[in-house]
Amino acid sequence: MGASFVPITVFTVLWGVVGIVCPFFAPKGPNRGIIQVVLMLTAATCWLFWLCAYMAQMNPLIGPRLSNETLIWIARTWGKPYA
Amino acid sequence: MALCQLFIQPEAAYTSVSELGEAGTVQFRDLNPDVNAFQRKFVNEVRRCDEMERKLRYIEAEVHKDKVHIPAVKDMPRAPNPREIIDLEAHLEKTENEILELSHNAINLKQNYLELTELRHVLEKTEAFFLAQEEIGIDSLTKSLISDETGQQAANRGRLGFVAGVVQRERVPAFERMLWRISRGNVFLRRAELDKPLEDPTSGNEIYKTVFVAFFQGEQLKSRIKKVCTGFHASLYPCPPSNTERQDMVKGVRTRLEDLNMVLNQTRDHRQRVLVSVAKELQSWAIMVRKMKAIYHTLNLFNMDVTQKCLIGECWVPTADLPNVQKALADGSNACGSSIPSFLNCIETDEVPPTFNRTNRFTRGFQTLIDAYGVASYRECNPALYTIITFPFLFAVMFGDLGHGSIMAMFGLWMVVKEVSLGAKKSTNEIWNIFFAGRYIILLMGLFSMYTGIVYNDIFSKSMNIFGSAWYIPYNSTTLEHNQALTLDPKESYVNAPYFIGIDPIWQTADNKIIFLNSYKMKLSIIFGVVHMIFGVCMSVVNYNFFKRRYSIILEFLPQVVFLCLLFLYMVFMMFYKWLAYSTFYDDFAYSQGCAPSVLILFINMMLFSSNVPEAGCKEFMFDGQGLVQRVFVLVSLACIPVMLLGKPLYLLATKDKKHDKPEQSNGNVNQGIEMQEQQTDITEAAPAKKAESHDHEEEEFSEVMIHQAIHTIEYVLSTISHTASYLRLWALSLAHAELSEVLWNMVLAMGLKTDGYIGALKLYVAFCFWALFTLAILVMMEGLSAFLHTLRLHWVEFMSKFYAGQGYIFQPFCFKMILEQEEKDD
Repeated sequence: MGASFVPITVFTVLWGVVGIVCPFFAPKGPNRGIIQVVLMLTAATCWLFWLCAYMAQMNPLIGPRLSNETLIWIARTWGKPYA
Repeated sequence: MALCQLFIQPEAAYTSVSELGEAGTVQFRDLNPDVNAFQRKFVNEVRRCDEMERKLRYIEAEVHKDKVHIPAVKDMPRAPNPREIIDLEAHLEKTENEILELSHNAINLKQNYLELTELRHVLEKTEAFFLAQEEIGIDSLTKSLISDETGQQAANRGRLGFVAGVVQRERVPAFERMLWRISRGNVFLRRAELDKPLEDPTSGNEIYKTVFVAFFQGEQLKSRIKKVCTGFHASLYPCPPSNTERQDMVKGVRTRLEDLNMVLNQTRDHRQRVLVSVAKELQSWAIMVRKMKAIYHTLNLFNMDVTQKCLIGECWVPTADLPNVQKALADGSNACGSSIPSFLNCIETDEVPPTFNRTNRFTRGFQTLIDAYGVASYRECNPALYTIITFPFLFAVMFGDLGHGSIMAMFGLWMVVKEVSLGAKKSTNEIWNIFFAGRYIILLMGLFSMYTGIVYNDIFSKSMNIFGSAWYIPYNSTTLEHNQALTLDPKESYVNAPYFIGIDPIWQTADNKIIFLNSYKMKLSIIFGVVHMIFGVCMSVVNYNFFKRRYSIILEFLPQVVFLCLLFLYMVFMMFYKWLAYSTFYDDFAYSQGCAPSVLILFINMMLFSSNVPEAGCKEFMFDGQGLVQRVFVLVSLACIPVMLLGKPLYLLATKDKKHDKPEQSNGNVNQGIEMQEQQTDITEAAPAKKAESHDHEEEEFSEVMIHQAIHTIEYVLSTISHTASYLRLWALSLAHAELSEVLWNMVLAMGLKTDGYIGALKLYVAFCFWALFTLAILVMMEGLSAFLHTLRLHWVEFMSKFYAGQGYIFQPFCFKMILEQEEKDD
């Protein structure tokens, strides 16, 4: 499984806090319900969106096709030099 | 929402309705629908208000003419009570008469002023003529006029008469010609133009005039000349021939002019003072009169009861606002000192009340979006609450670009932060008003677009490498030199853990990025589409539960959701499974990258009960037993269809003896068959309409229920496929946006970045100008509008058709604020 522990935890915890914990602290008033729904929906949609992007790249079935100039440039600048 | 009857004393009626108007919480019903507007009870009062409005309009026109500034009123004044009305009327009448009188006086004075000025000009200019005449002598004049007479005889014949006057400059040539013709050449005209224009008293326009002196001989010519002058509207002035008399006259005229000037100035100042003092109160008077008129129109809706002792009105009141209404009525009675209180009586009714969704300035925009499709039926579940987030989010999926999103967010933020000052400006520009009304929507759309832009890793078509790419280059220099392009194999180039947030930055530079992004975005669209639709179907449970139609939960909701989930949620599951199960790093060849089956092909085969021969070494299915599972799913889903079709009608048939306490609400079918054409639309268009209007408790006929349910079932089943495919527009628009952005960069801005030096700087300056212009106009505005429209369609059709009835009518309370705003807009 091509997944790393850190990003998954970070984002799940982040959106979990926004969507599950924060609604309890919504200010009392006529807008309490609206704020709770807004927080929950935001957390759910944003987390699912990130998850799809993450899972689509976990096990890539194809790789990027790059011109040799781009390859040389990437190798030099992105810090993984080639032999 | 409760239907209430108000019993109000006639004396207290005006003040009570005024209080209710300030509160703005009740919607009055017309109790005299067949009474003519001119026969209603309070028609005289309405006429008085109209008369006052006319006076106000006249005064306002005069104020505008003098360009006096009308200060905006800070807080809305209340409607005046009857005593104040009389005062106001008297005051308005007095002011109007005063202004009329001032205007007339001013005109008269100006007329005098004009005449005196013209006289002065005439006197001054004719100085020159007469001087010349005296110098040259009569001889030369008579020589030019009468050639064959001796000078002596001419002198005896008599001196020349003359008339002096002023005529408009445009008419001078025609005037001259006419004089020439009429006198057969025996008139001598001298003229001098006035440099300064004179002010016309009535219209205030400036006119250029010419002074003329016409010399002639004989009385007959004089009368003819006078007639010509009258015809050309030339004003004649008596001009004494001798010099001394002229000088005296000039002096006299000058003094009179100065006096007149002083009087004119004083009149002008007085008028200015009057107008300024009136202008201060003009706005508040206008508002008071409008409120009065509204109150009397409302009172006309009331009915006088049999004993003639009190007025009865009927109104819809939201149940939560009943205490407010009681308080308003009490205030009204107190204000007019009436001892008998008014009271409110709630009555039972079968009529459908209007729909009232309380909104604040944040939620109003979203509620407007939903209401534009159809006002919710009374007490129906309001989808606007969820639209607050799902709308900007689905927009952002289609718009996803950090750069463009931040532009949109800044625009929205500016409008929201400055909303008080921008809202006070009252612009008439339709487009600006629409943008301003949707400022919270725009702000949220921008913020979500920034988030999706980060995940798509797209900022103005470039990607950001913040956390280090997951791909590296495994080749050595010789391989790189000899191959023009290389495709990285995940086995060798991938670190086996994806980029921290979003799409890896390497894809932006790749030639085959479309292949990867297509697969990713299509799956993303279907996932969100299916989730959105399941959410919509689940909303119908809320409705069924509230309206106590629990049987519908089992007979309608359950088969619908099972059908949707077993087929399409299963497809979503297959997508997730494929993302997890197939990898180049797995040892099992059947689960390596070459053997990954197409989810779409699997789905089609599942529905058609067919199968594909897999390639060598690969398996057809993704997990063991998938074939069996799929067959079971399809069969169960097919079994749901007759339940959807027959469940509810048969249940209603079986329970026909029991009384239903709510009239049948037609559930859904607001779609109007946009996607598919029903063959039976003609018959069923009549049936739901009849049902919606019936107020009694009769059940519908079984055939009608059956037909309606058939339509509903066919529509639902077909819509699961078509709406799921419709969500692919999320993929299509985001692809188009990314491509447009990239084309704009490569074709426009890159041109400016390729040259060095001073020429390069200049090129970049020009290229950036065009790039920025096109970014704003095409990518932010046009794409934004396009994505907005598609998101709206997704909500209205794909989401709301699963549960929304939308057959209500909107609650329009009697509210002064809304009436005043409406009248401002009409102005």
